[in-house]
Amino acid sequence: MSRQVVVPFGPQHPVLPEPVHLDLVLEDERVVEAIPRIGYVHRGLEKLVEKRDYKDYIFIAERICGICSFIHSVGYSQGIEALMEIEVPARAEYLRTIWSEYSRLHSHLLWLGCFADSMGFENLFMQSWRIRESVLDVLEETTGGRVIQGSCKVGGVRKDIAAPQLEQMKEGLKTLQSEVDDLVAVFSDEPTIKSRTIGVGVLSKDEAWELGAVGPMLRGSGVRKDMRMLGYGAYEHLDFKPVAHDAGDCYSRCLVRAEEMSVSIDLIRQAIDSIPEGEIEVKVKGNPDGEYFSRVEQPRGEVLHFVKGGGKKNLLRHRVRTPTMANIPALVKTLAGCQMADVPVIVLSIDPCIGCMER
Amino acid sequence: MGVFTITKMIVKSLIKGPDTRRYPAVPAKKTPLTRGHLVIEIEKCIYCGLCSMHCPADAIVVTKAERTWHIDRFKCIVCGGCVEYCPKDCLHLVPEYLAPQEKQQGDTYTGPEPVVVQEPVPASE
Repeated sequence: MSRQVVVPFGPQHPVLPEPVHLDLVLEDERVVEAIPRIGYVHRGLEKLVEKRDYKDYIFIAERICGICSFIHSVGYSQGIEALMEIEVPARAEYLRTIWSEYSRLHSHLLWLGCFADSMGFENLFMQSWRIRESVLDVLEETTGGRVIQGSCKVGGVRKDIAAPQLEQMKEGLKTLQSEVDDLVAVFSDEPTIKSRTIGVGVLSKDEAWELGAVGPMLRGSGVRKDMRMLGYGAYEHLDFKPVAHDAGDCYSRCLVRAEEMSVSIDLIRQAIDSIPEGEIEVKVKGNPDGEYFSRVEQPRGEVLHFVKGGGKKNLLRHRVRTPTMANIPALVKTLAGCQMADVPVIVLSIDPCIGCMER
Repeated sequence: MGVFTITKMIVKSLIKGPDTRRYPAVPAKKTPLTRGHLVIEIEKCIYCGLCSMHCPADAIVVTKAERTWHIDRFKCIVCGGCVEYCPKDCLHLVPEYLAPQEKQQGDTYTGPEPVVVQEPVPASE
């Protein structure tokens, strides 16, 4: 048996977009065990809920994450709306769904770029981010913010999208679809990507389920579970089928995300076609009282927002279980037994969002 | 299929030219809704302090006695919450981004002296 050495990986590392620390126990080039350590970017956002009005807190809830920001605000406002039994207008639900799917698109494009970058494929990284820019443009034109939209509020949405603009967005989706198709073809066929990802970081279906993996990590292992199937927001009116692949390796997780982009484009198209006319918000009166778990699907997986109100304008507790937190045990499992050179690819394959996880 | 699938994208990029802008020669993109920075029409302000009370970043300080409205641009997250709360519609978000600042000094706006005759009018409303 060869000697074991511990190599620290992160929190500052060229391939890591965000700070997580892993102690890699190596035997020659093989990783025997990975010990994670977190806590580098804790901001104490949850504590602020005790100081802020629950309606103002949505700005903070949205800033939990800088990528899947809009879906955090949807999760939080759904929790408050359920506590206060507020009926959100149908048009607002559809608008939330449209923006959520655009957010998912930009998050997946960002991830595909970072994933290509993790294996040194700089050209593909640039191409992914070029396409992402067109998605961000649409978000900015409709909400006023590129990554922090700020258009969701308790009881509805702040901004409406006029019919001509919706048509324009639908036209734009055609171009986006053809560009995404080209990109997906590269990710699924390029030998460089295949050689670095197929059979790397395998997580079986049972392991994924037992370790509580969520999102593309779970669906990449063949479990068809997606919170959008719950039918929150406008999803109950849209035709949606989750994407899943059975292999459980980095390649299948990459394919899940790549194919989910086409699903998102299709969902936006369906939502634009069937969006009803009407109000975009209802007036919110009173204060929340009680406890509620709100579950929504982020690009990285299921996010839980727990809200507890005590009949006052400040909530008593807000707790977020982010998808990265749920995927860390699965990451540690997949790292055991891999080669040192594959560590960046495997870490990136869970789409780590540490700022989101530590809040 | 297979080898060099990315060639199609590379050729397209070569023909089309760069996607990036030659900033600052070409100005940055902005839309009418872009949240650039917050401005105040200080003459309309009644110093009620609602904007300061609801600011999630504690960036605004309103002093009624001195008739000042102060904003720390480093703290402001340009969320637009204050714009919704303002009862006099004197706060606006404009699309232009501010130039970078080196010192955290903030901007203070002082309102005009109140005319004594008009004082009782807002109190009776």
